Amino acid sequence: MIQVEHLTKQFGNRVAIQDLSFEVSKGEVLGFLGPNGAGKTTTMRILTGFMPATTGTARVAGYDVWESPQEVKRRIGYLPEQPPLYNDMTVTEYLKFVARIKGISPKQIKNSVQQVGEQCSLDEVRGRLIGNLSRGFRQRVGLAQALIHRPEVLILDEPTSGLDPKQIIEVRQLIKGLQGTHTVILSTHILPEVTAVCQRVVIINEGRVMAVDTQEGLSAKLRKSEKIGLKIKSPSPDCIEKLKAIPGVLNVFHETGLGQDGYPYVVESQLGQDIREELARYVVANDWGLLEMRPIAMTLEDVFLRLTAEELER
Amino acid sequence: MRHFWTIASKEIRSYFNSPIAYVLIAVFLIINGYLFFSIVSFASRQSVQLLRFQGAAPQINLNELVFRPTFHNMSVVLLLIMPILTMRLFSEEKKTKTAELLLTSPLTISEIVLGKYLGALIIYLSMLGLTFYMPLLLSIYSQLNWGTLLSGYLGLFLLGSVFISIGLFASSLTENQIIAALASFGLLLLIWLLGWAAATVEGTGMGEVLSYLSILDHFDGLLRGLVETRTVVYYLSLVALGLFLTHRVVESQRWK
Repeated sequence: MIQVEHLTKQFGNRVAIQDLSFEVSKGEVLGFLGPNGAGKTTTMRILTGFMPATTGTARVAGYDVWESPQEVKRRIGYLPEQPPLYNDMTVTEYLKFVARIKGISPKQIKNSVQQVGEQCSLDEVRGRLIGNLSRGFRQRVGLAQALIHRPEVLILDEPTSGLDPKQIIEVRQLIKGLQGTHTVILSTHILPEVTAVCQRVVIINEGRVMAVDTQEGLSAKLRKSEKIGLKIKSPSPDCIEKLKAIPGVLNVFHETGLGQDGYPYVVESQLGQDIREELARYVVANDWGLLEMRPIAMTLEDVFLRLTAEELER
Repeated sequence: MRHFWTIASKEIRSYFNSPIAYVLIAVFLIINGYLFFSIVSFASRQSVQLLRFQGAAPQINLNELVFRPTFHNMSVVLLLIMPILTMRLFSEEKKTKTAELLLTSPLTISEIVLGKYLGALIIYLSMLGLTFYMPLLLSIYSQLNWGTLLSGYLGLFLLGSVFISIGLFASSLTENQIIAALASFGLLLLIWLLGWAAATVEGTGMGEVLSYLSILDHFDGLLRGLVETRTVVYYLSLVALGLFLTHRVVESQRWK
């Protein structure tokens, strides 16, 4: 649905994005992850036809964004970081205006406004001036604006920024509901958001793609060892040394801040080797009081930090 | 091209949603009414004097005695207030980031520019329409040459069209409305002053060029009832120039 090939954008001497390539297939929700200033907004602006790229091509639904911008714009719904709202219009007036400029036929306009209003739960604020709405409602009106012409592709630039936790969950659910029927690119610097709604992640930093993969794939790829979290009630003073002596264990260290009760340790073993059974037997045999044992999967936070740290080392 | 009316009606609505349109029209009508009143009372004193000297009812030319000076005064008022009308057209969209909505919708830049131009033009036309009470009022008491009067209104319309086009261009340059207003006022004043420059080099080739470029010379011609092709062409080319430059600026800002 979306193909981005070797996209580069320069602002004067500053390179905003460099040689960016990725693809999004139909019906997929792609997370676009990166710290502030990584080039997420720039990429999205190029995809929506707001600004041209310096070099490289981007295609949306088979149309080149540079060669046939009108075709692309008809098929894209875009929610910029700051929702593009006219404060002096009421919600209904605004949505009608957007419906018209998006090319919805006059007969369909009333219907579309009604439907998108329900979809984004805007019923109670229909007649109110946008300028008087709360941040959460403004964001939802922005989302309604992007959805009104039922676009095949949705591009959402930090759709949950500035919302309270309840609103964040609502917006995420809305986006999740679009999965399958719409192709969505969602940018964020909040990692749990990607975990919550996206099927695939593109991580960019300083304008370059650092990884494209599913979440599980990414953390599996970056994991250099299996990690097991272990909680023990009454360890002996030399238990770290004793644990290290178990065959297959690479490293053991004390981990602070993993809860109140007991003494938490992290046991690392070789990749692909399951030592849980061995470990449990050993702890029980020594009568240290096994409270908890669980494999530690890498969170996106770890993936992200590791990727950016590796970049720095190079 | 079908979307440009959508943009125009949005502009008109937002003028009336905010106090701008009301305040602007009110200020224009009040200043205008005052000027009209003082010019009419001056003219009536003059006709009384003429009556005394000649002993018979004089043939007074109301177009010459009342409307030509009134319209001249109106043009100065327009020079001062039109930048306020046009300053928000693009600046506000940029400031509130709604430009992003327009530029990522299936609209062409021409539709956006023409729509905004038309919106402001319609506000101006309604402003101008409201001043029509002046000739109606005088026509009750006296004979008017309607042809000359309408030619004068055409002059005001064309002058305003140019002002709006230049103001639109100034507004496309910045996201600050105050700067947009100042820049358009500066540009308009510059075109205005060309006529004065023409007067200082009168008789030379340069003088002729400058006097053709002077917005006031053409305007005065129309107030005297001279509807010439070259005058209309002059105003329309200035309008086209302003719109073209605006189009270029909006287009080029995507590249930055």
